[in-house]
Amino acid sequence: MSRPPVSSTPGVTGPRAAEAKSLDRRDRAWWFDFGARAAVFVGGMSAILFIAAIFVFIGTQGLDFAIHRLSWSEFLFGTHWEPTVEPPRYGALPLIAGTAWITVVAMLVSAPLAFGAAVYVAEFARGKQREWLKIFIELLAAIPSVVWGVIGLHVMKPIIQHVFDVQIGLNVLNAGVILGLMAAPIITTIAEDALKAVPDTYREAAEAMGATRWQVIYRVVLPHARPGLSAAVLLGIGRAFGETIAVLMASGHRLMIPHSVFDSAATITATIAAELGEAAKGSDHYQVLFVLGLLLFLITFVINLTADWIVRGGRRRA
Amino acid sequence: MAEHLAIEAQSLNLWYGTFQALFEVDLQVRAGIVTALIGPSGCGKSTFLRSCNRINERLGYVSTTGTIKVLGQDVYGEQVSAIQVRRHVGMVFQRPNPLPLSIRDNVLFGHRLHSGKRVNKADGDALVEEALRQVLLWDRVKDRLDHKATGLSLEEQQKLCIARLLPTKPSVLLMDEPCSALDPEATAAVEDLIWTLRGKYSILIVTHNMAQARRASDECVFMLMGRVVEHSATEEMFVAPKQQETADYIEGRFG
Ligand SMILES: Nc1ncnc2c1ncn2[C@@H]1O[C@H](COP(=O)(O)OP(=O)(O)O)[C@@H](O)[C@H]1O
Ligand SMILES: [Mg+2]
Repeated sequence: MSRPPVSSTPGVTGPRAAEAKSLDRRDRAWWFDFGARAAVFVGGMSAILFIAAIFVFIGTQGLDFAIHRLSWSEFLFGTHWEPTVEPPRYGALPLIAGTAWITVVAMLVSAPLAFGAAVYVAEFARGKQREWLKIFIELLAAIPSVVWGVIGLHVMKPIIQHVFDVQIGLNVLNAGVILGLMAAPIITTIAEDALKAVPDTYREAAEAMGATRWQVIYRVVLPHARPGLSAAVLLGIGRAFGETIAVLMASGHRLMIPHSVFDSAATITATIAAELGEAAKGSDHYQVLFVLGLLLFLITFVINLTADWIVRGGRRRA
Repeated sequence: MAEHLAIEAQSLNLWYGTFQALFEVDLQVRAGIVTALIGPSGCGKSTFLRSCNRINERLGYVSTTGTIKVLGQDVYGEQVSAIQVRRHVGMVFQRPNPLPLSIRDNVLFGHRLHSGKRVNKADGDALVEEALRQVLLWDRVKDRLDHKATGLSLEEQQKLCIARLLPTKPSVLLMDEPCSALDPEATAAVEDLIWTLRGKYSILIVTHNMAQARRASDECVFMLMGRVVEHSATEEMFVAPKQQETADYIEGRFG
């Protein structure tokens, strides 16, 4: 098959020849390149800008109160959160404890589930099955949190009441399970990436020495992927931490320190969501909610940075 | 007769999906000697080697007909598990592929898989020393056994990859171009090593390097396009090849 000869510099002949011959480098490709680079630069930097702006906004909203009137020892260790009672009490410990309890339960639920799924998808599933599984995992991640909240209210609640024979079905366990299921797809996706990043030559070497598939996985693949797996869990924790509406619906939102998984609890996020609408703008109550937001922000920040640090450390060692 | 054969292939055909890579391969590899497998790129040398320990099966789209016996047992037989086969048939790959573990853990990896129980420190030390001595690596690494194996030089890595096969006492060692990633000096060192292992193990080694085949083997097998063309004693093949194709290949007229 022969093709017609193609001129390598279109436009060199004909009326536009003079223009094309000029040495101005700012042709269309140059402008496009310039524009595209500027656009992605702005996009990239905007992440930093937004983070900074949000931090400043949250910080300033609560600043006055935090500096002049808030008792930090009461805020961090007080066990009574009664912002609307006279005199108001701002002990955030019940919220911190509720958040911690629910997050821990969520991780206990999601880590095994997600690691199991990740190992299956990365090491066993093949071809079409693998593709389909990944699509479903991504779909699971896309379910809106209010839907999970409804599941907590109307599905998990009666199940918990029935199975454990308890009065209250909206509690730490319920919220933990719901959050665990919500965090699982993210953990699965990141963990699967970590497993996929283990070079196949390692698997081949181990198999050639007579390792079974399981031995390959727990003696070679999992140890080598450990930094990535830890990061996956941390990011899952970050996800669970920041979730709001589903926990508000499933936890029972009781402002007291829970003493078992069957106690209702309240989280930092749910409290902000539930109370911010009622607090008068600029009031102490309004401001203390922003201090809570700041606390949340800092914790999430630390979790994410730790995850990042673990992954980097793991890369350097490998 | 059968116990003197390390590997015995009978009318072995192999397909990658629908692509046939081996045709009616009949091959008898004698025990206790070094047999070199030569032939142009893509003629099926690696494929044959990788059938002997069934590592080909990882791909999931490989099918075979015919038999391969290792030490008299059909490796594709019903009661035979690939795991057991691999314990008796060690493999050295083209690129050194130590596991990302310590030198010591690499040497003990196979042993730990197969011994079933925990290896105590003293036994482990003895095994590690013996294996590393056999590959002439002991003196060089004895002070850093807990360093990562991936930090060794390529030559040392490849020697380690041989050493880690030894504690499970394999009878056959398959080596797929073990020196092709090494510089000439390292190649010489690994070849020397292969010679010192001669007699203790039956060695089937694939090589692209005629000089290596000539120096480092007792018998030589020439393959072409998925078939065995000639199998004879090494001097004989290099001095008086029986087939025209063999002569052409040895003299560098193709491949
Ligand atoms: N994983 C594979 N999938 C499909 N075809 C393969 C695969 N590996 C090897 N082949 C084909 O099988 C033939 C023999 O390959 P191989 O055994 O690797 O040759 P050699 O080791 O002699 O260079 C070649 O044509 C190669 O393209
Ligand atoms: Mg090859």
